Amino acid sequence: MSAEPTASPDADPGAQDAPAPDAPGQGAPAHAVPPPRALPGGGDQRLHRLVAIVVDKPGVLNRVASLMRARNFNIDSLAVSRTDREGLSRMTISLHGDDVAVEQAIKQLYRLIDILKVQDVTGEATVEHELAIVKVRVTDSNRAEVLKLVELTRGRVLDVAPDALIAEISGTEAEVDNFVACVRDFGIRELVRTGAVVMTRGGASIEEAVKR
Amino acid sequence: MTLTKGDAARPPGRGGRRSHVPGAGTEHAAAVEKAQREMLHEGGSTVAVRTAAHGSRQRIGADVVCEAILRQGVDVFFSYPGGVILPLYDVLGDYPELRHVLVRHEQGGAHAADGYARVTGRVGVCMGTSGPGATNLVTGIGTAMLDSVPVVAITGNVPSALIGKDAFQEIDINGITLPMTKHNYLVRDADELPRVLAEAFHIARSGRPGPVHVDITKDALQQETHAQHPTEDDVAAGLPGFRPTMGGNHRQLKLAAAEVARAERPVILAGHGVLHAGAEDELRAFAEKIGAPIAWTLLGVGAIDERHPLAYGFMGMHGWKHVNRAIQSADLLLAIGMRFDDRVTGNVRTYAPYARIVHVDIDPAEIGKNVAVEVPIVGDAKRVLAALLPMVDAVPAEGRAAYLEQLADWRRESEATSWHGSGAWRDGTLSADYVVQKIGELTDHEAIYVGDVGQNQMWLARYAGFRHPNTHVSSGGLGTMGFSVPAAMGAALGGTGREVWAITGDGGFQMTLQELMTLVQDRIPVKIALFDNKKLGMIRQWQEIIYAGNFHSAHLLGPDYLKLAEAFGMPAVKATRPDEVDDAIRFAQGVDGPALVWFEIAGEQNVFPMMPAGKGLSDLIEHWDGPDE
Repeated sequence: MSAEPTASPDADPGAQDAPAPDAPGQGAPAHAVPPPRALPGGGDQRLHRLVAIVVDKPGVLNRVASLMRARNFNIDSLAVSRTDREGLSRMTISLHGDDVAVEQAIKQLYRLIDILKVQDVTGEATVEHELAIVKVRVTDSNRAEVLKLVELTRGRVLDVAPDALIAEISGTEAEVDNFVACVRDFGIRELVRTGAVVMTRGGASIEEAVKR
Repeated sequence: MTLTKGDAARPPGRGGRRSHVPGAGTEHAAAVEKAQREMLHEGGSTVAVRTAAHGSRQRIGADVVCEAILRQGVDVFFSYPGGVILPLYDVLGDYPELRHVLVRHEQGGAHAADGYARVTGRVGVCMGTSGPGATNLVTGIGTAMLDSVPVVAITGNVPSALIGKDAFQEIDINGITLPMTKHNYLVRDADELPRVLAEAFHIARSGRPGPVHVDITKDALQQETHAQHPTEDDVAAGLPGFRPTMGGNHRQLKLAAAEVARAERPVILAGHGVLHAGAEDELRAFAEKIGAPIAWTLLGVGAIDERHPLAYGFMGMHGWKHVNRAIQSADLLLAIGMRFDDRVTGNVRTYAPYARIVHVDIDPAEIGKNVAVEVPIVGDAKRVLAALLPMVDAVPAEGRAAYLEQLADWRRESEATSWHGSGAWRDGTLSADYVVQKIGELTDHEAIYVGDVGQNQMWLARYAGFRHPNTHVSSGGLGTMGFSVPAAMGAALGGTGREVWAITGDGGFQMTLQELMTLVQDRIPVKIALFDNKKLGMIRQWQEIIYAGNFHSAHLLGPDYLKLAEAFGMPAVKATRPDEVDDAIRFAQGVDGPALVWFEIAGEQNVFPMMPAGKGLSDLIEHWDGPDE
């Protein structure tokens, strides 16, 4: 209900506009037409893994999800669980974005009162694991083939039925992707993935870094 | 069959009354049933026998709310009763030191709390009941969020056993306020209230201020409790995730000092953060030491006395041309407590093209959000400026003489081409900027001026002439029309000793004019300057300049405002000519209590300069030769 119509954010501001600076006059830098000011971000999009230690309270997940939506960040996956410390939960948030945008996401997360620590572990030495459970369509003629495939990919069969079997696979996201691609031709009746959980290698601990 | 009352109470069948609550017989079902009866005000309240003297009855959750507000040094709050918040109204009489203002709409209450907070620096408090009472607060909460104003909004909610059952006046208000508050709470247990309320006030005022919403179920308000209020230290210790960074990083401060040493054309950009931190003295000392002009954002108005030689002016979309020129030609911007809003920068690609940027803000998320900066400093404006002051070299006056002389020339030129100072607009009707200037003069620039949104807001920021911090109140971020009158109401109850003027257009005025009655009933001395151009002026201006004169819905009928004021019992006067302006203002000043001055201003006057959307600060429109002009 503002009397002032909102300026629509320029989709590609200044891409074509020649910069039209004011006459700088005496004492100004010599170059007449400066290059357009760099916008924050705009770098290469890549997958980032964030680890967040949060207060274990109702509604924290909602706050994180709401903030990410409102700030226009798209979460690829989100895994939440308790830690071994009373009152602390851990979130692993996977999202695509350029480094500056993700840094902004981290700063926004820190504005939430219940967020204690956020770390971008992208590019650090980590162990990463994801679990998937797949219900694959099988027939008498291809069951053996599917079982062999599961075995080769270090999967495990959890349930066998006349027309389907359930296999589990755990590993890095790429390994899970690979498994899913392999069984896709047989027909995937159901698929569930937990989303990645990660931990940095070595002795450093994000939980111990949390000031309480 | 005829039933007597006694029969109804004893239904046929196997003994006891049959319950229709799902899960009958369980503890939960019993709680739901009890809550449903209470919602209908059947049966006794859980409160022990009420007596007039506080202390001779049980202390309940509602008492905790009153105690918590008083403990914060807040002596007034703005509220509207309703079903589930009645337990609070039931104990209010026991707290005569806590002034309750019965607003006419919860939005007015939220804006009043906001206005109170902006002029006092204390936390403003507003309340409402569940459902519509709570949703009516939302616009005011959003306004406080976008402008970082410390407000605690308290709402009642349905009894906890009924939550999630779509009870009468139940809405998920916590879900609604979540993205527009600094933090929010739902309290179902009175024993938690002291801690939650103390946290709410602490979070609202600490670090970057902002609104906090506390939703309290009716049963929690009624529940007996002995829980004690925590100390401020306990509160801070209990919030490990909330540790605002106050002092700037020393290495970053050194980098900033090096930038200052290299700069030949520095400009200081002062924002709301300077006022929040109370950093006006540090700002002035810093500017004087390095010989840099100070430009201010809309919410940074008052960061420096406008008469100061280094006070250069209001920046941005409707800022002064000379200020925007200075920014566009600066080689260093020292941004203090501001966030490079799009109304300040315009097109970021062409913003301040020669400038390196030092950005000081208490909220790390603001740094690098809208513009990339060379030196980020996270911290409180007062502490950062105080730390930076001894680290920068003093620049002798002659060192900046040529630069400051050029800026002075630009200023003379830009002021000469504005409408500033002329009483009649080009068609002979009353010029709005003249009226604003007169209000400033006749109040000796000592009043508090509360703007609305649109043209009036820009005229106020440009022409009133501000000398003191926290005397300009404006809805900058959310741009909430209807803000002025209720916010002025809160400002007038802040105990600042200053006269309070609400500057509003006829559009915004018609959005919240129900609060006129609150002003009259409570004798709150707000002087309302109504700028009536019978238009949505800024809409009209945009339609004229950007939408090729397609004036859809820009023309706005209004009532006879003298009769309106009379109906409310408020003294009012009308001015239509420049020679009537002084008397009209003095009339309002002479009234003991609220008064309305109806200025019939030019219908087609625009605010210039103007930066069209998507353009840059160098693309200002300074006049418009459309069909109307």
